[in-house]
Amino acid sequence: MTAAADVTPLRPMDQFELDYAAQRRRAKLGWFIASVLFFAFFAFSAWLGDFFKVTQVTNVDGSREWRWIIPAGLPRLGEFIEKTLPVLRWDSLGADIAEWFWRWKVWLNLLIETVLIAFMATALGVFGGFVMSFPASRNLAPNKWVLWICRRYLEIARTVPELVWALIFVFCFSVGPMAGVLAIGLHTAGALGKLYSEVNENIDMRPLEGVKAAGGTWFDQIRYGAVPQVMPNIISYTLLRFEINVRASSIIGYVGAGGLGQEFREALSLQEYTDLSALFLIIFVTVMVIDYGSEKLRHRVIGLEKGPAT
Amino acid sequence: MSAQAALTLTGVSKLFDETRAVDDVTLKIEPGQFVGVIGRSGAGKSTMLRLINRLIDPTQGSISFGGTEITSLRGRDLRNWRRDCAMIFQQFNLVDRLDVLTNVLIGRLAEHGFLSSMAMQFTDTERTMALQALDRLDLVPQALQRAGTLSGGQQQRVAIAKALVQQPKIMLADEPIASLDPANATLVMDGLRQINKEDGLTVLVNLHTLDTARAYCDRIIAMRNGRVFFDGVAAQLTDDVVRDIYGLEGLREFNEAVTSTQSVALPA
Ligand SMILES: Nc1ncnc2c1ncn2[C@@H]1O[C@H](COP(=O)(O)OP(=O)(O)OP(=O)(O)O)[C@@H](O)[C@H]1O
Ligand SMILES: [Mg+2]
Repeated sequence: MTAAADVTPLRPMDQFELDYAAQRRRAKLGWFIASVLFFAFFAFSAWLGDFFKVTQVTNVDGSREWRWIIPAGLPRLGEFIEKTLPVLRWDSLGADIAEWFWRWKVWLNLLIETVLIAFMATALGVFGGFVMSFPASRNLAPNKWVLWICRRYLEIARTVPELVWALIFVFCFSVGPMAGVLAIGLHTAGALGKLYSEVNENIDMRPLEGVKAAGGTWFDQIRYGAVPQVMPNIISYTLLRFEINVRASSIIGYVGAGGLGQEFREALSLQEYTDLSALFLIIFVTVMVIDYGSEKLRHRVIGLEKGPAT
Repeated sequence: MSAQAALTLTGVSKLFDETRAVDDVTLKIEPGQFVGVIGRSGAGKSTMLRLINRLIDPTQGSISFGGTEITSLRGRDLRNWRRDCAMIFQQFNLVDRLDVLTNVLIGRLAEHGFLSSMAMQFTDTERTMALQALDRLDLVPQALQRAGTLSGGQQQRVAIAKALVQQPKIMLADEPIASLDPANATLVMDGLRQINKEDGLTVLVNLHTLDTARAYCDRIIAMRNGRVFFDGVAAQLTDDVVRDIYGLEGLREFNEAVTSTQSVALPA
């Protein structure tokens, strides 16, 4: 009987069941190994990051004991938030809010400065990134040297964080919003240039060939063949970047490069904790408004694309 | 370079790694001829046209127009040559997202400096020229429409209009009707013939259907494995020759060929 079963070929259904089971086994093993590796690596990182540390805490009765750092530290978050929250009472609400936002004139000025830094940095960054993205695209670069140089330039510009550029530019041009504009602008050029060049690498090359065959220069090919194809994506990425840059410009003042960030530093050093919550609220609302506006605008751009062409 | 110059290829070869896409081709195209190039897929038809337009450079040999050696042109002279020998592609190669008029004006770019070209600034004379070209191909109503929204046949006629404003001395077309239905194919081929007859422009066109070649061409060149295999008038193209050009297998594919200009009677 068993011998016979060995010889007779399996029916397709049974063969499928066998193959299916084998495939499932292989998939399970793969998952198992991947999970073990993942958790081992995760635990190692956590250990390096002091997540397993124990620390000494003082109890209410004055005795001291060792505790794991997470339950020991979490209550301090509440403590911090409590410190930053202002005292608001119903009967003196107006006065309390005035007290909370006591520096509102300075803050409003700095807020405008923050948004303007983001705006100008985005404009400069878009220009730089856009121009560089074409020679930095594999399919468009006039030759491999230009490609190499442009790609390295964009890499350096985006690998160095805004805060580091800001430190450098504060050193060069002294404290003030100009350093912030340059820092965020340079980083933006690098980040957008990379994104744009990826868009460029996915375009249809035939229109460019059409321009070339009519006697167009490399610039003509880019201007007429490539730019119209990438424009909707460029606009979308640019608006997204403006949102990111508003966040960046609101913190960059921490190293003296203009905008609201410098107030954070001051509030912390003067221990004016309620100022922190006021500043946080200002930035939160601003970013939300800008995100909302730019999302609407972005959908409009996409909508225009999909709508009936004129 | 006079418009009445002949195009001469002498011992032209193009190698892609090991493949001899074009192999020692010697040809003389007289001014004003309507020449069809036929041959199996991979015979080297497209490569030959691209060599003439200098979209690619030959490995060997010489191409000349009038007294000018084309293969050694560089920079501005090269771009002027590309303008002088307009090229039409199977896939039209228009910019879908630009309007028809701008697509036609691309044919004027060789005359423009950097700034006016980047700003997409064209003169009134150029616009008039473009509209006249569009008018010849019955496309004026579509002038402000995006090129991508046109039908294939219309797009190919836009490409011809663009070629016309280049004021070329010779017109190359690489399977211009291969992605068109018969009615549109006829319109496009008639457009090319009209330009050939009225303007006396030399036309060199790759075709993949024999009946189209027979119907339109003064002269037919057949290529096989990169070489010129037949060169003569339609009447000389006997069944035996055709079998040799395409091979038995190729002939079968060929008879099922989709696009032809002959099988349709157009309403007038
Ligand atoms: N850029 C390229 N790189 C490598 N090989 C190429 C390239 N272009 C063409 N070839 C090869 O050269 C030969 C001739 O190609 P070509 O496109 O000229 O043929 P064709 O006659 O136009 O064919 P079809 O009717 O399919 O368009 C083919 O073998 C092709 O694979
Ligand atoms: Mg071809």
